[in-house]
Amino acid sequence: MNSKKDSLGFYEFVLPIISVVETLDSFVVRHYTEVNANEAEASDSIILSGTPLKDNATLNQTDKFGWMKNCSKPILGICAGMQTIGLIFGSKLTKCLGMGMTKVSTIVENPLFSSTFQAYSLHNYSVVPSVEFEVIAESNQCSQAIKHRQRNIYGILFHPEVRNHEILQRFVYTISKHRRV
Amino acid sequence: MKLGVLYSGGKDSSLALHIAAAHETVACLVTVVSKNKESYMFHTPNIDLTGLQAEALKLPLVKKLTEGKKETELKDLELAIIDAMNLFGIEGLVTGAVESVYQSTRIQSICHRLDIWCLNPLWKKNQRNLLETLIEKRFKAIISGVFAYPLDESWLGKEINADLITRLIKLEKEFGISPSGEGGEIETTVLDAPLFKKRIEILETSIEAKGNSGVYNVTKARLVPK
Repeated sequence: MNSKKDSLGFYEFVLPIISVVETLDSFVVRHYTEVNANEAEASDSIILSGTPLKDNATLNQTDKFGWMKNCSKPILGICAGMQTIGLIFGSKLTKCLGMGMTKVSTIVENPLFSSTFQAYSLHNYSVVPSVEFEVIAESNQCSQAIKHRQRNIYGILFHPEVRNHEILQRFVYTISKHRRV
Repeated sequence: MKLGVLYSGGKDSSLALHIAAAHETVACLVTVVSKNKESYMFHTPNIDLTGLQAEALKLPLVKKLTEGKKETELKDLELAIIDAMNLFGIEGLVTGAVESVYQSTRIQSICHRLDIWCLNPLWKKNQRNLLETLIEKRFKAIISGVFAYPLDESWLGKEINADLITRLIKLEKEFGISPSGEGGEIETTVLDAPLFKKRIEILETSIEAKGNSGVYNVTKARLVPK
């Protein structure tokens, strides 16, 4: 999700996700400009990573994510990934600066997390969801997670690859039913 | 993009510099020297060696002295970054943050205020893998500080090599010590790295040690051909 393919953001926002899900039997990493509808549909599930705070390139390139509209596979967007999902489905972004540990409260029961917990934040914007989505977690500032009402599409504003690894693991092993190695 | 690297001369900031330089232009190093030995942000043994390390790297060094009081030291870091922006036109700051949300959040906050990029290429990197990368890339780093049981004076000055990593991993299993010193258990000093044009030769040292705490001060050193 970093603006450049050869970006330093890869080390900070993609490698930590890989280290959490590396027990998957297989996975591929693609820059967002390289994903097409056929490849997305052939995957078991898709994770959209976050980006550095200054990197908002994907928010101006929603045309690169057209595959998401009709993709039947589970999708999880983290931070900029959630913001991008929001825009694809007609939601609005709202200014919400978050840096560091944040108290997140679950407001709709879901398979990824429950109750109230501390999470690591690094974001400029949150999402005010369109009617297709519902807010499933919030902080005292803004929406922290959204879910599509009919499909397995989730957006999480905080970073589960930094704290709360089990959320990523539940997405890949429970929702997406990936096999471990 | 022109970047500054927050540089202490230890293994993490040196490896972060190495990775950053492979992707972007590193225009300068930024070092904050804290007078406060208890500083959570900046205290590092041999911080004065950064001048020689910068010379070895052929990179300019922006150096700022701070009293090391909790809030003013962050203001001093911000002033150092502003100097680096004015002098070298940096558009972003690279740090060697690996685990510390405390440190990285404070630096992210400063970068956000100054409207520059904050990049942390070692973020959440596996600690054993981090140490092994140093060997693989032929960094020469020594232990210059120990601050936790059962580490002691005998570890000071030792080079990070495969044998030392094995011993540190053993201590992790037995005593919960972070093998790369993420909890402040260990500090390191880099004497040679792939980007060094010359290596550092130590001429004189002094050791201050008591029980499970000790520092290996390099009091005299010079650059020599590699």
